[in-house]
Amino acid sequence: MVRLTAALAFALAAGAAPAADRVARPALEIERPGRCVEATDLMRRDHMKFLLHQRDRTMREGVRTKQHSLAECVECHASTKTGSVLGEQGFCQSCHSYAGVKLDCFECHAAKRAPAAAKAQP
Amino acid sequence: MATLIHRELSASGLRFWVPLLAVGAAIALGFAAFVHMETNGHFVTGMDNQVVWGIPHVVAVFFIVAASGALNVASVASVFGRVAYKPHAPLSALVALALLAGGLVILAADLGRPDRLVVAMTHFNFKSIFALNMFLYSGFFAIVGAYLWFMMERRMNRFSGAAGLAAFVWRIVLTTGTGSIFGFLVAREAFDSALLGPSFVVYSLAYGTALFLVALDLAWRWDGRAAEAETLARLGRLLAILVAASLYMTAAFHLTKLYMTRYHGIEAFLLAQGGIYTALFWLGQVGVGGVLPLVLLYSPRTGATRGGVIAAAVLVALGGLAQMYVTIVGAQAWPQPIFPGWQESSTFFDGEIHAYAPSAAEIALSLGGVALAAALIAVGLKVLCFLPDPCTASSSPPPTSPPARPR
Amino acid sequence: MNDPGRRGFLGTAAAALAGIAIAPGIRLIDLAGARPPELAASGKVRWGLLIDTAKCATGCTDCVTACNTEHGLQDTGRPRTDAQWIRKIDLKDLRSGRQHSAPVMCQHCAEPPCVDVCPTGASFKRADGIVLVDKHTCIGCRYCVMACPYKARSFIHENLTGQKPEVPRGKGTVEGCTLCVHKIDRGDGNTACAEACKAAGHEAIVFGDLNDPQSAVSRRLREIPSRQLRGDLRLDTGVRYSGV
Repeated sequence: MVRLTAALAFALAAGAAPAADRVARPALEIERPGRCVEATDLMRRDHMKFLLHQRDRTMREGVRTKQHSLAECVECHASTKTGSVLGEQGFCQSCHSYAGVKLDCFECHAAKRAPAAAKAQP
Repeated sequence: MATLIHRELSASGLRFWVPLLAVGAAIALGFAAFVHMETNGHFVTGMDNQVVWGIPHVVAVFFIVAASGALNVASVASVFGRVAYKPHAPLSALVALALLAGGLVILAADLGRPDRLVVAMTHFNFKSIFALNMFLYSGFFAIVGAYLWFMMERRMNRFSGAAGLAAFVWRIVLTTGTGSIFGFLVAREAFDSALLGPSFVVYSLAYGTALFLVALDLAWRWDGRAAEAETLARLGRLLAILVAASLYMTAAFHLTKLYMTRYHGIEAFLLAQGGIYTALFWLGQVGVGGVLPLVLLYSPRTGATRGGVIAAAVLVALGGLAQMYVTIVGAQAWPQPIFPGWQESSTFFDGEIHAYAPSAAEIALSLGGVALAAALIAVGLKVLCFLPDPCTASSSPPPTSPPARPR
Repeated sequence: MNDPGRRGFLGTAAAALAGIAIAPGIRLIDLAGARPPELAASGKVRWGLLIDTAKCATGCTDCVTACNTEHGLQDTGRPRTDAQWIRKIDLKDLRSGRQHSAPVMCQHCAEPPCVDVCPTGASFKRADGIVLVDKHTCIGCRYCVMACPYKARSFIHENLTGQKPEVPRGKGTVEGCTLCVHKIDRGDGNTACAEACKAAGHEAIVFGDLNDPQSAVSRRLREIPSRQLRGDLRLDTGVRYSGV
């Protein structure tokens, strides 16, 4: 019984220790100057809640405020190199891969910022 | 009459594991098909924007409808007081639960976003008969589960009558709902009918009784026991009446639509010019599923024999699959009449008959669901006591092996 | 006419008259584009289309091309499974042989069967009458495709990339004409198909607010006879057709 407990404890410790090194840390490069729409620690915890609430308001009611708009997030956070929030160094994907949380948004939503020509329209 | 005793399946070792592994392989294949469809999208199937519900839906709806009817044997015992069916009531409930589970798994696996099942169970549009059916299916599992427990737990036996009645009413509502999934649709000329709900109720009784007979026969063979002639004869006579009633519902449905001029196009398509649909209707639904079983069941030479009754049951099941194919796929093959009276053509296949060729993926998925239902019945038989002990169950002479000790 | 006073007066009067003539148009455009982002869509408005098939040229598919381009619909080479939000239906009267053509898209019914049947409520009608699919809740069951009398909906059969930011679309969900909801909300005041038809010189498609008696579509509906497609179904469609 004692040996079993010791073996289990050892296995747990061995498993936990190098975990952080096995998975690449997220690449959180903020390329655009200025602040995010909400505080950083608030965003880290609750960005999904803002998006969840906003998506219903936009979809069902047609409210298109930019504060919590996903398209605006992409606009700001898309990498300047790839133009996307996906990819190994992508702002959204690298953190989601690290946290092991499925990223469903970009099955449908564009992961790249809008092309410059389209943005020029009034 | 002696106390009713049930036993577990006696098959063990290879005799138990080989069929179970075979069924397991079919489930694995079905799962592989599901992963393939999920990863790549539905373009790998034969379904397209013209025929959105194909073989998976045909098999799933057949199983869901049959599940409701498979409970009929138990209902006849508990609700209508036919004591002779009582020994088979628990198995009837098991078959019902397994068929429903198999059918629902096929439907869930075919969804475009099966990862959103939780969404489907938390967001309900109560005007949708589909959403209402989801409640009815969940309720069916709960009520029949309780019913089964009451039947198998001696201390709860006195509640099995009430549970049986609840289950009976519930499944009439459930099957009417399933038929109405189609009947409520005004868009399809083959649907748009109040008769579809009640028709499905009658079909369910026939298909359920047929599949129950097949399951019972396989269980006897697997257990290595003799068939119960009395049971076969009774269920065979019941099946014949239900098949006749099904033919009546089919006739009423089509004769009504034939009378109405605006439906002449769709009726001519289904009954005469529809190629595969016409063949499946007359040869499958009416012939193999209706006339032939009636001949087998009423003919003196075959009517009361094991071979005759089980063959009739298998034919009824095949006819049921044909009926579902004609009902579900045939309705989609016929285009929506957006401009009635005009000939339509477009890049979106308006105004033309829509072809459908099932792919290997959707056939494998469907067979996986069938195998799952079979596996659930097999495991249930082995683990719990569903098989009536021959000494106490019927008036047939007992087998030579000694009776089990009553618990 | 050398009198600067008179010239000035005539100039001012001409400018005033021109202003009065254009002003209603400006006011309408203002109204259509005026909804600020924080305001929800209103039930006071009901968006709709009038399609005058007398002006619709057989063989012309400008509306289809415009819609596909606007929404990022791609040709995968699999026409049976590719999405089509709008298509031209070529019609022939069997008795007379007379031929006709009409673009058909989601009819944005006031009593949509697709909304009735959707199990999760993903298919819904917005306050301003536009019938949409909330792809966050769509489970891809395709019951709405079974239920639509106009074959308006398409199911997405493959993985998609390169979506337009204003038009999210994804595998395993169902979609259809959105009446260019992103353009309407942005204040463009018109749908892509109507704009393209106008640019081609046909003006067969007129967009506008059915609840506003002075809108272009309402005025035209008073001028020419029109009907709903499958009016017998009593769905009160937002798209009306003339000449067929």
